[in-house]
Amino acid sequence: MATATKTVFKELNGEEAKFYGALGLLGLAALIGVVAAYYMETNGHHVTGMNNQIVWGMPHVFAVFLIVASSGALNVASIGSVFGRTAYKPLARLSGLLAVALLVGGLAVLVLDLGRPDRLIVAMTTYNFKSIFAWNIYLYIGFLAIVAVYLWMMLEWRMNRYSNAVGMVAFVWRLALTTGTGSIFGFLVARQSYDAAVFAPLFIAMSFALGLAVFILVLAVSCAADDRPLGDYIITKLGRLLGVFVAAVLYFVIVQHLTNLYAAEHHGVERFILLEGGVITALFWVGQIILGGLVPLALLFHPALNKTRANIYLAASLAILGGMAQLYVIIIGGQSYPLVLFPGMEVKSLFFDGVVHSYLPSLPEIALGVGGIAVAGLIIMIGMKVLRFLPDSLTDGAVDPHHNNSPN
Amino acid sequence: MKNSETGNLARRKFLAGMAGMAGVSLASGVTLFSFAAAKEPGQAVSSKVRWGMLIDINKCADGCDKCVSACFEENGIDSTGNPATDPQWIRKVELRDPNSGATKSLPVMCQHCAEPPCVDVCPTGASFKRKDGIVLVDKHTCIGCRYCMMACPYKARSFVHEDLTDQKPYAPRGKGTVEGCTLCVHRIDAGGIPACVEACSDSAGGAMLFGDLNDPASEISRRVAKYATRQIRADLRLDPGVRYRGL
Repeated sequence: MATATKTVFKELNGEEAKFYGALGLLGLAALIGVVAAYYMETNGHHVTGMNNQIVWGMPHVFAVFLIVASSGALNVASIGSVFGRTAYKPLARLSGLLAVALLVGGLAVLVLDLGRPDRLIVAMTTYNFKSIFAWNIYLYIGFLAIVAVYLWMMLEWRMNRYSNAVGMVAFVWRLALTTGTGSIFGFLVARQSYDAAVFAPLFIAMSFALGLAVFILVLAVSCAADDRPLGDYIITKLGRLLGVFVAAVLYFVIVQHLTNLYAAEHHGVERFILLEGGVITALFWVGQIILGGLVPLALLFHPALNKTRANIYLAASLAILGGMAQLYVIIIGGQSYPLVLFPGMEVKSLFFDGVVHSYLPSLPEIALGVGGIAVAGLIIMIGMKVLRFLPDSLTDGAVDPHHNNSPN
Repeated sequence: MKNSETGNLARRKFLAGMAGMAGVSLASGVTLFSFAAAKEPGQAVSSKVRWGMLIDINKCADGCDKCVSACFEENGIDSTGNPATDPQWIRKVELRDPNSGATKSLPVMCQHCAEPPCVDVCPTGASFKRKDGIVLVDKHTCIGCRYCMMACPYKARSFVHEDLTDQKPYAPRGKGTVEGCTLCVHRIDAGGIPACVEACSDSAGGAMLFGDLNDPASEISRRVAKYATRQIRADLRLDPGVRYRGL
C-alpha cells in the first residue's frame, strides 16, 4: 500500500520584514474596525445605513460570510480524517486554524454590531433555549473548543492517534453549526423570502464552497510568501472539489427559487429579487450567479481553462465575491421586500409599509466587516508563525501517495 | 435587620394607602375607564386574564391619528426627524383594494400574540410574554441584536438608533435596545386602559376597545363572540390579542 512520506511542518520562517509588514496592515485594518464599532455604538446606529426597516446590514453580511466560511474551512481536515483521503492530511492543521480564525473574526463583527455590546456577558449567561441564536452561541463555542482539541491532537504527536476520532466529532458538529446559521433565516416565519427549510442545506453548501475558496487562497499566499513548494497535484485536487461545491450551491439556489416560484404567494418577492430589485437583482444575476457560479465552474471544469493555477485562484476569488453577493441578496434583499400584512391589498403608512426599503451601506459598517476579516487574518498569521501549521513542502511527491518519485 | 425590613414594609403599606386615597379623591371622575383588576405592587400577574383589544375599522377615520399621538405622548416618543430610524410603536396603515378601489384605515401595533415569534427568537429572553398576554422587552437584558425585529410579522418592534433623554419613568427606553407597544402596561397594572384606546374613546370614533379576552362577561369578549373579527396574518396561528372588525 502506498503511503505519503511523513509530512514535516514548520513555523513561518520567511522574510521577517514581509511578515511584519503584512501583520501591521492587518492590525491597522482591525484597529479601524474597532474604531468604527466604537463610533457606531457611541453615536447610535443612526450613523449606519441600517434603520427600522433594514435591521441587519453590512456587518451581518460580513459576519455570516466569515461564520459560514469557518465551518467550510474545516472540511479540508475532515476529508483527511473522516473520509480517509491521505492527500489532504498535510493540510488538516491549516484547515483547523482557518476554521477557528474565521469564526472568531465573524463573531467579533456580530458582537460589535450589537446595540449593547457591553452586555455580552448577559448574552453568555442568560439564555432562552427556544432561540436559534442561543443554540448558535453553544454551537459556536463548542466548535471553537472541539477544533482546539482537534488541533492539539494533530500538533502533539503523542495524541495523533485520537485525531481521526476528534475529526469525526468536529465534522458532525460543523454540519450542526451551519444548519444553525442557515436556520437563523429558515425559521423566520414572518418574512416572504425566508421561512424555508432549504436555508439549512443551502448554507451548508455555501460553507463548503466559501470555506474551501478561502482555504485555497490562504494556502497559496502562505506558501508563496514563505517560499514553500506547492505542487500542482494538491491545488488541482482542491480546485476540482471547489467546482463540485460551487455547483452544489447553484443547485440549492435553483431549488430555493423554483419552490418559491411555484407558490403564487411568493411571486411578489421572487419578482423583486429576480427582476425588479435594482441593485439586489444585479447582485443576484451578475454577482452571485454569473461571476460567483458559472464563471468559476467554467474556470474549474472546462478542459481549456482548468490547466493553470491562476485560473483556480481566480475561480476561488470569484466564488468568494459571489458568496458575498449571495449573502447580500439573502440578508439585505430579504429585508428590502416589505412584510405582507394584508395579502392582496395596496398598503401605505408613515412607517414604510408596502414599499421596498432602501439601504446604503455606510463606511463604518464596511470598516467593521473588513476589521473582522483582518482579525481572522491576524490569527492565521500569528498561528502559523508560532506553531507548526504549514507543511514544509507540498510538492506532488510529498502529498500524492501514488506519485512516481523515480527519475524519468 | 428584620426590624428594619418590617419597618420598610409598614412604610410602604402606609405610602401605598395614602397614594390610593389620593387617587380615589383626585380621580373619582375617571373611574369609568378603570378595571377592578388593578394589580397590587408585588402581586404576580395572573394567566386568568388575557388582555386584548378589538378595533372596529368601520369606526376608524381616514387621516385620524389620535391613537398614534396619544401613544407617543404617553410613552415619551419624540421624532428625531429621521423617519427611517425613528421608533414607531403604533402606526396608521391605509389599505386599498386594487380590484374594487375600496379603502380602509386602521392602527397597527404589537399584536401581543399568544405565540409570539419575537419571544421565541430572543437569545437572552429579554423579549417575553407576561402571563396576562402582554408582550414586552426587558430593557436590562436586551442586547440589541434585532432578531425579534426580523421575526415579527407585524413590524411592531423598533430599535432605538439615537441617544434619548427625559424618558418617562414608567416607560423605560434606551439607545441600543429594541422596543415596542407595551399595551401601556403601567396603566393596566394601575387599573387603567392604554393611552391609544383612551384617545380613541375621547374622539368621535370610539373604534378601539380594550379588555379581558378571558372573561366571557367582558365587553370585548361579548363583541368578539357576537361579531366576525379577524386577526392580521391569522395564517401564522400566532393568536394575536389584537382583533379587527371590518377588515
